[in-house]
Amino acid sequence: MGFGPYLLLATLEGLVQAAVLSITAAGLSLVFGVMRVVNVAHGEFVMLGAVIAWFTASLLTGHPAMGFAAALLVSPLLVGAVAFASERVVLRRLDYNPEATIVATIGLLYILQQTVLLVYGPDARPVDPPFYYTIRFPWFGYSAYKLFVIGAAIVIMGGIWFVLQKTRAGLVMRAAQYDRETAQAFGIPVDRVSAWVFALGAMLAAIAGVLVVPIQQAHYLMGADPLLLSFIVVIIGGLGSMSGTVLAAVLVGLSDGIISMMFSPTLAKMVSTLLVALVLVFRPNGLLGKAAR
Amino acid sequence: MADVTPLLVATGLKRHFGGLRAVDGVDFSLPAGEIRAIIGPNGAGKTTFVSLLSGRLEPSEGRVTFAGEDVTRLPAYRRVQRGIAYTFQITNIYLTKSVADNVRVAVESRARRERGVEFEAATLEALQAVGLEDRAETPAGELAYGHQRLLEVAMGLALRPKLLILDEPTQGLSDAEIRAFIALVRRIAETATVLLIEHNMDVVMALADRITVLARGQVLAEGTPAEIRANSEVQAAYLGTPC
Amino acid sequence: MSRAAFARNAWLVLAVLAVLFSLQFVLPDYQVLMATRMMLLAVFALGFNALLGYVGLLSLGHALFFACGLYASGLTVYHFGWGLPAAFVFAVGASAVLALLIGAVALRTIRVSFMIVTLMFAQVGALTVLYFAAWTNGQEGLSLPASARVADLGVATLDLTDALTRYNIAYGLLAASLLILLVYLGSARGRIATAVRDNEGRTEMLGFNVFAAKLEMFVLSGAMSGAAGAAYGLLFGYLGATFASFQYSIEPLLFTLLGGAGTLLGPLVGVLFMVGLIDKLSELTTAYLLVIGVVLIVLILWFPKGILGTVRERWLPWLM
Repeated sequence: MGFGPYLLLATLEGLVQAAVLSITAAGLSLVFGVMRVVNVAHGEFVMLGAVIAWFTASLLTGHPAMGFAAALLVSPLLVGAVAFASERVVLRRLDYNPEATIVATIGLLYILQQTVLLVYGPDARPVDPPFYYTIRFPWFGYSAYKLFVIGAAIVIMGGIWFVLQKTRAGLVMRAAQYDRETAQAFGIPVDRVSAWVFALGAMLAAIAGVLVVPIQQAHYLMGADPLLLSFIVVIIGGLGSMSGTVLAAVLVGLSDGIISMMFSPTLAKMVSTLLVALVLVFRPNGLLGKAAR
Repeated sequence: MADVTPLLVATGLKRHFGGLRAVDGVDFSLPAGEIRAIIGPNGAGKTTFVSLLSGRLEPSEGRVTFAGEDVTRLPAYRRVQRGIAYTFQITNIYLTKSVADNVRVAVESRARRERGVEFEAATLEALQAVGLEDRAETPAGELAYGHQRLLEVAMGLALRPKLLILDEPTQGLSDAEIRAFIALVRRIAETATVLLIEHNMDVVMALADRITVLARGQVLAEGTPAEIRANSEVQAAYLGTPC
Repeated sequence: MSRAAFARNAWLVLAVLAVLFSLQFVLPDYQVLMATRMMLLAVFALGFNALLGYVGLLSLGHALFFACGLYASGLTVYHFGWGLPAAFVFAVGASAVLALLIGAVALRTIRVSFMIVTLMFAQVGALTVLYFAAWTNGQEGLSLPASARVADLGVATLDLTDALTRYNIAYGLLAASLLILLVYLGSARGRIATAVRDNEGRTEMLGFNVFAAKLEMFVLSGAMSGAAGAAYGLLFGYLGATFASFQYSIEPLLFTLLGGAGTLLGPLVGVLFMVGLIDKLSELTTAYLLVIGVVLIVLILWFPKGILGTVRERWLPWLM
């Protein structure tokens, strides 16, 4: 295979990763933007989404598409419920103090991860994709499911944009993000909004989990990578900025996909993590984000 | 003592926040030994202006000279070391430390620059100056608000500053406390230059040798209390007459 | 702090050290080993608490310094055949230099950003260990050969395969760390550190270089954590990538919060409770790390001052 086709393959892989990443990071960004909570357990919501997808698919016999469709429904709902409950029981009681909530979400990370280890075990298990179809390029074949993931991500990101910009719920969220106190004064129940936003952020992570599980298998430690990459994306895109997040996800997904194919993936992650830490120090509003208000 | 160079000089000082010109080209000169008040309507840029003097903010343009030295690029803590002390508009003390320990931190700062600082004596002296010596072992957070303000002044005094900047020191004090405070500032002025941001005009008229009026980030007028009282532009600025 | 309060704290530390020294004569073999581990982890947590408890900086990446000490000492012994004392000194120095570099960058951020930046630097450290697998043997790790764990000091031979020797080295390191912190916190520098913790803006406007004060504590903290890592690697003869992982950044946080952040002996108390608990649980289930999550959340919700922090609040206000 020549360099051109090789690059095409790397680009496709990068786009798939960018697709999943933008959904995951959008959830993290939303939670940070509205609640000012850095959710270290966000990756575990991806993992939980994937594991629940496996349970759902294995319970349903018949065509794999059935199981997959059911998972796409059940997984986000269950994960959202878990997140809603943890927001009510833990985060709210901490008054959203930034340091305390980070420590609490670290606690949540271990509880989710280790509970899954207890119930689901240490094995990695695959879920069948809803359809098997390979698109034949002249140089290689490529799974149509992966292209479906890219399409699904575009639809979901469009949905998020619509909800945030065009609906009352979105208006409430943006108001809470802009200025909590004023929003409260205008009668917006900021406290209840927080719980829904935390649940929504987790549901996005769960959807990402369901989408990757046919590609990647479900495993109780699979949350670490999405967490790190989402952090990177949200930091480059500017904390709390949704359009910055999408742009950054494409940038990170593509460059990670391409660099990982050319060099060692470990080196790629090392360099990008280091660079992003420096971005956070020297350009705290992100490379793509606007200047602070 | 003819032709004394002023203690503090600001030339063409500007500070912009995005499009907002909080301080927009201020020339300011403060001779040693004076009590100067800065007044002006809300949003005139008073706090921003003294923040530029104390180094809590960096100017967008302009220069600040203190005791003959250009301090424009010096960070705040170095300016404090050179003799500019600042008390915050909102009371800012160590709430969990005792009153005496609060002052000790300030004394420690002086002890790092000067030889032979008697630690306990210096602490007691600063507390006595504001009348808090009886409360030395009380946690600062348990003091009444008026006493917390006094503690903050005591910390400023313990630094033995050349210039003491007081940002709205009488806000929230009772009338009796304000009278005592005026007497305190007069005593401080015997050894230090005082720059005072103040809303209470009675305090300003009672204390200030000269007054600088800021409006919209610029110097509107400057003069003795009598001159300022008679100035029609100042009255217009305070009454909000459009110009 | 008054002279009398300082003296009480000094006596308390000396008493605890005396008890720890005598334990080696009564504990059975297995528990000597466990106590050795606990003391080293306590040194790690002491270094972490120096930063969190006394200047108010919560690092989520202290595994970086522990692992730096561990690998700097272990790899010089393994690959270059360095002597044990030289390797240890080198490792502490390397950790201090690393802390100086990381601190100079990370301390430009505050609060949440500081936590994330330290977390990411530690992640880079963990990936570095994996990337240089030719030197570190990656995830599997390296075992130091028995021959490399004996040092000829001229007057005596130091045999690190001997349990009591190991116990006393760990004990010495713990004693040194506690005494260094005791003296530091009792000095004027300690007063400035806590002033920064309680009110950063005020402290700067009293004429102190807040950044330098934080950096100084960051380096002390990093060096102490590195010393713990170096001793851990040399005493137990194993270097593994796990020691650079996120879990090892969280454990000192857990120990410190449980024992009481901002109390001198808190980290030691936290280690005593947690390490015992974790070890017991790991015999029962593979999901023993569940306890880390549960304890963290319980602490942060209902017991944020920790054991000694609560003791200080209720009964012993002089505790430092």
